[in-house]
Amino acid sequence: MTQVLEKQRESSIVVEKKGLTTNYAIAQAVKDVDVDVIAAYPITPQTTIIEKLAEYVANGELDAEFIPVESEHSALSAAVGASAAGARVFTATSAQGLELMHEILHIASGLRLPIVMAVPGRALSAPISIHGDYQDLMNIRDTGWIIYIASTAQEAYDTIIEAFRVAEDPRVQLPVIVSYDGFLMSHTTEPVELYDPKVVREFTPRRLNTRPILNPEKPTTIGALATPDWYYEIKYQAINALKLSRSVINEVDSEFNEKFSRSYKPVEGFMIDDADYVLVTYGGAATWNALEAAKEARDRGLKAGVLRIRLFRPFPADDLTKALSNAKAIAVVDRAVAPGSPIEGPVFKDVYIALHMAGIDKPMLSVIHGLSQRTMYIRDFYELYYRLKDIAKVGKSPQESLFMGLR
Amino acid sequence: MSELKSWTQIPIGGYIIEPKNSINNKTGSWRTQRPVINQDACTRCRICWLYCPEPAILELDKPYVAKNGRKYNITFEVNYDYCKGCGICANECPVKAIKMVPEVVQQ
Ligand code: SF4
Ligand code: SF4
Repeated sequence: MTQVLEKQRESSIVVEKKGLTTNYAIAQAVKDVDVDVIAAYPITPQTTIIEKLAEYVANGELDAEFIPVESEHSALSAAVGASAAGARVFTATSAQGLELMHEILHIASGLRLPIVMAVPGRALSAPISIHGDYQDLMNIRDTGWIIYIASTAQEAYDTIIEAFRVAEDPRVQLPVIVSYDGFLMSHTTEPVELYDPKVVREFTPRRLNTRPILNPEKPTTIGALATPDWYYEIKYQAINALKLSRSVINEVDSEFNEKFSRSYKPVEGFMIDDADYVLVTYGGAATWNALEAAKEARDRGLKAGVLRIRLFRPFPADDLTKALSNAKAIAVVDRAVAPGSPIEGPVFKDVYIALHMAGIDKPMLSVIHGLSQRTMYIRDFYELYYRLKDIAKVGKSPQESLFMGLR
Repeated sequence: MSELKSWTQIPIGGYIIEPKNSINNKTGSWRTQRPVINQDACTRCRICWLYCPEPAILELDKPYVAKNGRKYNITFEVNYDYCKGCGICANECPVKAIKMVPEVVQQ
């Protein structure tokens, strides 16, 4: 959701309002920030991003190297090489493609390469599925990337612009993923305001050589072995940079707000201030359906609210606990699953830990829903509010995840 | 071994920004056996120098007179700062002039 400032935006900044799928909005943003290299391999539901980018490169709208590769493993490897040489690099993938990239994900963050990648989330095989959820994203949670989860096509467009700024900031130098709902957003058309590319480029100045880059004039080895005496320290640099990126992410968003009159907080509350019962969500469909349900519940006198997590890594524990401190009961709706965990909701675990670290102990419910795009009805979310009411009365968290919509 | 720096002092991502700095990393520390060259048996054939993967065999301009009276202008010695004790030189030496000696003798 966007907050338009009172301050009038310079009218020349928005050049067009267009109906775009989130995938096309991503491609447009990548063109507007003027990337140098795109290395990608097609996979549903990501493919239309790189198809569009290939078209931009082919027709001369975007002056970039488009590297078609034979797998996602190669796509990210090529991206790593190009980024190490100082190029501004974009790639995109989903599901099995993201899994195939897995080992290189760690390399990109460990080598501190500011690559930006779009990930419309998709279920993982087996059974084979091309449909949307966030199981792919949750599987790569610990690879050291900054991870945003957008909820609208406009937000996805804006976040790509912010992502390049954050990634290339000398205080950060980390790769960034911008994720969103596979199909429910990637292939759904929404109105998107597009900015003047000149202004976008001013907002994202190239800062690609603040770290050493591959350069024959000044030889540098990137990716050398680190013996046990050195590994820990080098890894800690990246861990610390991810933690500290929180402040840069906020700073970049404030500046984005100044320039484009839009702002996205790490967590975004709806009717949250006086809410007794809160559904914590991420992505588009879960959030907007929960919001509809919250409105209906409010109509019947239940103080319902929604808290959307927009910044997933680094996890905004402080903002989240602040927003949830007055709730009586909380459910976290996960469109992903962590089998065999003490409780199966992956983001539930983060929220639970964040609250307990802050000394807040409330009845909480872990909900699994929308796997492989199983329909999440508004009435499901509505039902959750009444479940929370019961749970609050009992005063105890259920010990099992609720697998909603399961036959 | 070079000085162990803190994470704040190491170049970003462990990049090596100073070429040839591997020379500071004295890899000899993990050796369990050391090659010892018998200078009287050695025929200066250079095979150990060729095979050593480090390379840690030094060819020195050091004249030497062997017990059998043969005079050599050069001498092969082991650079123990980098020799990792793999034993390839001893294995390849055609006249078995190199002996692998344990670094730590069991009591
Ligand atoms: S033991 Fe191995 S490393 Fe040492 S000198 Fe011989 S060949 Fe080189
Ligand atoms: S291989 Fe043996 S004989 Fe040849 S130079 Fe080395 S030590 Fe001497």
